[in-house]
Amino acid sequence: MTTSKALPALPLLAPLMAAGTIATPAAAATVSVTIPRINVAEYHRPYVVGWLEPAAGGPARTVFVWYDVKKAGREPGTKWLADLRSWWRKGGRSMNLPADGLSGATRAPGTYQVALPANLPAGQYVFKVEAARETGGRELVSVPITVPVKKSASAAGTSELGAVTIR
Amino acid sequence: MRYSSILIASAAVAAALASPASAHRAWLLPSTTTLAGTSEFVTVDAAISNDLFYPDHFPMNPEQVTVWTPDGSVGKLENPATGRYRSTFDVKIDKPGTWKIGTQRSGIMGSFKVDGETWRLGGRGRPMGAPGAGGPGGPGGPGGAPARSVATVADIPANATDVKLVEAISGNYIYVTADAPTKTVFAPTGKGLEIDPITHPDELVSNEEGQFRFLIDGKPAAGVKVTVVPGSKKYREAEEAQELTTGSDGVLHIKWPVAGMYWINASASDNKPSEKRATERRMTYTATVEVVAP
Repeated sequence: MTTSKALPALPLLAPLMAAGTIATPAAAATVSVTIPRINVAEYHRPYVVGWLEPAAGGPARTVFVWYDVKKAGREPGTKWLADLRSWWRKGGRSMNLPADGLSGATRAPGTYQVALPANLPAGQYVFKVEAARETGGRELVSVPITVPVKKSASAAGTSELGAVTIR
Repeated sequence: MRYSSILIASAAVAAALASPASAHRAWLLPSTTTLAGTSEFVTVDAAISNDLFYPDHFPMNPEQVTVWTPDGSVGKLENPATGRYRSTFDVKIDKPGTWKIGTQRSGIMGSFKVDGETWRLGGRGRPMGAPGAGGPGGPGGPGGAPARSVATVADIPANATDVKLVEAISGNYIYVTADAPTKTVFAPTGKGLEIDPITHPDELVSNEEGQFRFLIDGKPAAGVKVTVVPGSKKYREAEEAQELTTGSDGVLHIKWPVAGMYWINASASDNKPSEKRATERRMTYTATVEVVAP
């Protein structure tokens, strides 16, 4: 894992700061992640994580992880990070959280833009987004991309995640 | 039959009443529901958690559990132990027929105001005069501080205003059968929400529809909302809960997607509380049933 290093690009968090209102650095691609609105009696915002895996194998690099950062005490918010089971196995389990520039609070339904790390070596990657929701389900969406990103790539979930687009 | 009116000590019931948005589930999980002969034991896990049947939150208190034997007498819990996340106990199933094991409770909960300050009845608020020390998830007053509380309706001061009381009746059961199933433990008491099984809970098969008639005060109850959740959510993508409703004859029809243990939770409310200062009666019926492969 190289995720303990500070990233040059901070995630753009607020939904109001959608792409277009903020100039994205030319070198950095942006991932947009949609958390769908789900009509259930008991809704909790999902834990969502995004990470990059080199297509040829190699260590994963976490790009963002949204969880209950502030919850402490008997049941700290980190307790449910293992529910993001693919990411946990790919390296989440050896990260120190919260991590500057990576971790943030859970998000309400909406579309969010996060910058990809600007210092990614060129090559083939798979961008993965995993969501797990308390009393809800879990979903993993994979988007194969080429860095530098010249052509946008997209995939969508069917339950816990909406569209994931890298452009 | 013991109908406990002990005011709520269980995190599950208190949470369910205090904040409907938090659905930590109380569950009992038997090692099996079907035994051959009368020299066997069933061993049971009991806990309160979100995911079924994965204990990661609070144990259930085994002292709240009662055993009803097929002949109507009260049976015995053995080897109760309470762990960090779950409790366990054994029951020697030494009589043929169907046993009922579980919790049954009723109480009055609610709030009122004295001189502008909110007080609670029941729940786990801070008692009169005690310093604030609410448990996790306990009902909170303004600013998150635990509200003051009293134990019984009789303790509500005469100058109280905004008295809002709810009667809560709940049952949470498992059924275990030695040799052939019997139905004595399903005899309705005529009080609260109960089931009159058409398919016996210990004879459920994954390729046959389960049918239970729900009763309120002994009469078929239409429109009762029932959640049916299969266990082992951890190994699936989704919870796969079914949200069902009883028909006009009070009958619930359940299709079982797979064999396994299922958590069934029915709830209903009406305006017929036994306590006259209460305005509402909330009833829940919960059971864990085993559905075998054909």
